Amino acid sequence: MTAARRVLVAVGLPVALLALWWVASADSQSFYLPPLRQILEAFADVWLGPRLVDDVLPSLARLLAGLALAAVAGVALGVVVGGSLRLRAALEPVLEFLRAIPPPVLVPIFILVAGIGTTMKVLVISSGCLWPILLNTVEGVRARDEVLEDTCRAYGIRGPARLRHLVLRAASPQIVTGLRQALAIGIILMVISEMFAASSGLGFTIIQFQRGFAIPEMWSGILLLGLLGVVLSLGFRGLERWVLGWYHGLRRAQRGPS
Amino acid sequence: MSKTLEIRGLRKVYDGHGRSVEALADLTFSVEASELVCVVGPSGCGKTTLLRCVAGLLEPTAGEVLLQGDRVAGPPPDLAVVFQEYGRSLFPWMTVRANVELPLRSKRLPRDRRDQLVGGALAAVDLGDVHGAYPWQLSGGMQQRVAIARAVAYEPQVLLMDEPFAAVDAQTRAELEDLVRSVWRRTGVTIVFVTHDIDEAVYLGQRVLVLSSSPTHVQEDLAVDLPAERDQLTTRSDPRFTQLRTHLYAQIQRAKRGGGQPSPPPSPETAAAPGT
Amino acid sequence: MRPGRRQRWWLGASGLLGFLLLLELVPRAGLVPDRYLPPTSRIAGALADELGEPAFWRALGDTLQGWAVGLALAVGAGVGLGLLVGSVPALRAATSSTIEFLRPIPSVALIPLAVLLFGTDLRSKLLLVVYASFWQVLVQVVAGVRDVDPVAMDTAHSYGLGRWGRIRHVVWPTALPYAMTGFRLAAAVALILAITAELIIGSPGLGREIAVAQTSGAVPAMYALVVVAGLLGVGVNLAARALERQVLAWHPATRREAP
Repeated sequence: MTAARRVLVAVGLPVALLALWWVASADSQSFYLPPLRQILEAFADVWLGPRLVDDVLPSLARLLAGLALAAVAGVALGVVVGGSLRLRAALEPVLEFLRAIPPPVLVPIFILVAGIGTTMKVLVISSGCLWPILLNTVEGVRARDEVLEDTCRAYGIRGPARLRHLVLRAASPQIVTGLRQALAIGIILMVISEMFAASSGLGFTIIQFQRGFAIPEMWSGILLLGLLGVVLSLGFRGLERWVLGWYHGLRRAQRGPS
Repeated sequence: MSKTLEIRGLRKVYDGHGRSVEALADLTFSVEASELVCVVGPSGCGKTTLLRCVAGLLEPTAGEVLLQGDRVAGPPPDLAVVFQEYGRSLFPWMTVRANVELPLRSKRLPRDRRDQLVGGALAAVDLGDVHGAYPWQLSGGMQQRVAIARAVAYEPQVLLMDEPFAAVDAQTRAELEDLVRSVWRRTGVTIVFVTHDIDEAVYLGQRVLVLSSSPTHVQEDLAVDLPAERDQLTTRSDPRFTQLRTHLYAQIQRAKRGGGQPSPPPSPETAAAPGT
Repeated sequence: MRPGRRQRWWLGASGLLGFLLLLELVPRAGLVPDRYLPPTSRIAGALADELGEPAFWRALGDTLQGWAVGLALAVGAGVGLGLLVGSVPALRAATSSTIEFLRPIPSVALIPLAVLLFGTDLRSKLLLVVYASFWQVLVQVVAGVRDVDPVAMDTAHSYGLGRWGRIRHVVWPTALPYAMTGFRLAAAVALILAITAELIIGSPGLGREIAVAQTSGAVPAMYALVVVAGLLGVGVNLAARALERQVLAWHPATRREAP
C-alpha cells in the first residue's frame, strides 16, 4: 500500500466522522449538544489563552510529578521484592489487596490527610500509579534468563553493573507496560482529584463550566481532555519505541520471517 | 609447578523433593597449561554439571577444583565460559561490541585497553564489520562467534566451552571448530571443551576424556596423537583419526551399558580393522 | 531454596498479618495521627457496624448493579463489534486509527456530560462504565480475530464449513482467549469507573458512601468502606480469573495479551 493510500485510510474515518458531527449539529437547537462550530470557538477562547498557563500546565505538571514519584518508588521496590522469592510470597496478598482498591477512593483519603492543595493531588496520582509499576516490575525482575545470569556470574559482572545491565534491562519491557498502565490511571486521577474538591486545574474548570451550564465551554473541556489523552499516549509510544527498540527487534527476529 | 587445572574427587549430588540424583560420583583429572582437552560421554552423564562445577557456578558436594593451585569457590576471574545457548547468553539490548566489552568494564580496564582487546577479539573471530549490530540480527553461527570473542577478549587462563556448537548447522560447526583451534594456537589459552560429538572431540583435542554413565567417573583419558596441523579434509580422512573415533565410539557404548572400565586404546601400529 | 506451595501460603498469611499489625500499631504509637489513620481494630469495628446497616447493603447493591449492567453492555458491544471489525480487513484498516484515537480518551472526560444528561441516575454511571470497558473488550477481540490462522480457515472452508461453521469452529476458539483477557480487564475497569461515578457524580453506591463519610468526618467508617471496595476489587479479579481458567480449560491455545 503506498504511503498516500495509507494516510488516506488512517485519516478517512476520523475526518468523515468529524464532518458528520459538524454537519449534523450545525443547526442544532439542543441545549446539550451545541453546533461543533460553537464548541471549537469556545475551545479557542477558553484554552488557548491565559488558562493554558493557569490551569492546564499546572495540571500536567502534577501528573508528571506524580508519575515520576510512582516510577522511582515502584521500580525500586519492585526490584527489591522481585529479587527475593520469599519476600514476594510474603507480600503478595497485601499487594494484591492494595492494588485492587479502586484508585479514585484515594481522593477522599488524601483530602483528609493533605487538604485540597497540590500535595494532595500529587499524592493521589502517585499512589494510584504506584501499583501497576510495582507489580509489573516484580514480574519483570522475576522472569530473568538463567543463562544470562550464569554469564554474568562467570564473567564477574556484579553489583551496580549487574543491576543496570541484567536486572533492569531485562525487566524493562515489563516495566514499560506498567508505566503505560500507570499513565492511564494517572490521567484519571489527575482529573478526578481536581473535580472532587479543588480550586484550580483542568478538572475543576470543566466541572465549573458544567455547574454554570456553560455548555460549549464544557464540551471544549471534554475535547481538550480527549486530546490530552491522545497526545500523551502517542508521546508515550514514541518513548517506548526508543527505549525498547531492541526488544521489538528481538521479538520480530524470534517470530521468524512470515 | 602446579598444573593449570586440577579436579580431585569431584562429586555432585542433587537433592530435591525427596529424590537425590548423583550427577557426578568421583571425577579426578588434570589439565596442563595450554592444553586443549575434550570431554565426551553418554547423554545425561553429567558433562554440563562438571563444567558448571569447574566454572564455579555450582558448588560440588565433595571434592575440589583447583585453578593454578587455588581452590575454586565461585566464578574465578581467570576463567571464561562459552555456553551452548548463545541466543540467551548474549545481552539482546546491547550491540555486539558492547557485549564483548561488558566483562572488561567490570574488570575496570582503562578505555584504550578495552578498545584494543575488543577490536582484536572481534577481528580474531572474523566479525570486525558487524560490531554495531545487535545479536538477534545475526545468524546462529555469528552469535556464537560473538560469545567466543567475548571470552577471548577477557584474556582468561582457562576457557570452558559447553557443547558450544550443538545448536549450529554442520557447515558452520566445521568453521567454528577451526576457529577454536586457531584461537587456541594463537593465544595459548587452556581449553576444556565439552561435546557429545565424538568426531569433533577427536578433531579438536589433544586429549579426550570419556565420562562413564552413573556413577560418573573418568572412564578413559585418551591421548590424540594426530599431527598438530589439522584441517577438516585431511585430518578427518586420516586412518588414525578413524581408529581413534571408532575406539571412542566403542567406549561410549560401553559407558552407556555401564561397562565403566577402559580398554586399551588402539596403538598406531595396528592396522585399522573393522569392529573389535 | 524455592519456597514450596505450603511455605508460600504461610509466608503470605504472615505478611498479611504483619501488615494488619503494623496498621494497628502505627496510629497507636502516635507515628501518624489517628484521625488520619485509625488503627485496624477501630476500622474493623466500623466495618462490623456497617455490615449491620441496611444502607450499606443498598449501596453495595447499587455499585454491583452498575458494574454488572455496564460490564454486560460493554462486553456485548465489544464482542459483537470486535468480531465484525476483526474479520473484515477493510473495516479493520479503516477503523484502526479511529480506535487508537478514541481509546486513550479518559472516560472521566465524560463526567460533566453524564451529569448534565442524566444527573445522579444509574444511566450516568453506565455511560462511564460502558465507555471505559468497551474499549478493553473491543481491542482484545479484534486482536483475537486477527490472530486466526489462515491455514485453519482454508482447511475449514475446503471441508465444506459454511460461514457460520467457520466462525464457530475456527474464529471463536482462536479469539476466545483474547476475549477472556478483555473481559478480565473490562471487569476491573468497570468497577473503578462505577465507584468513580459514585464518588464524583454522587450516584448511589459505595463511592458516594465513602465521600459522605469523609465529609462528615466519620473516618473509621470511611476506611471500612475503602476496605470493602478493595475486597470487591479482589473478588472481581479472582472471579474473572476463575472464569477465564474454566472457559479456557477446553482450549489449549497459547494465551497472549494484545498490548
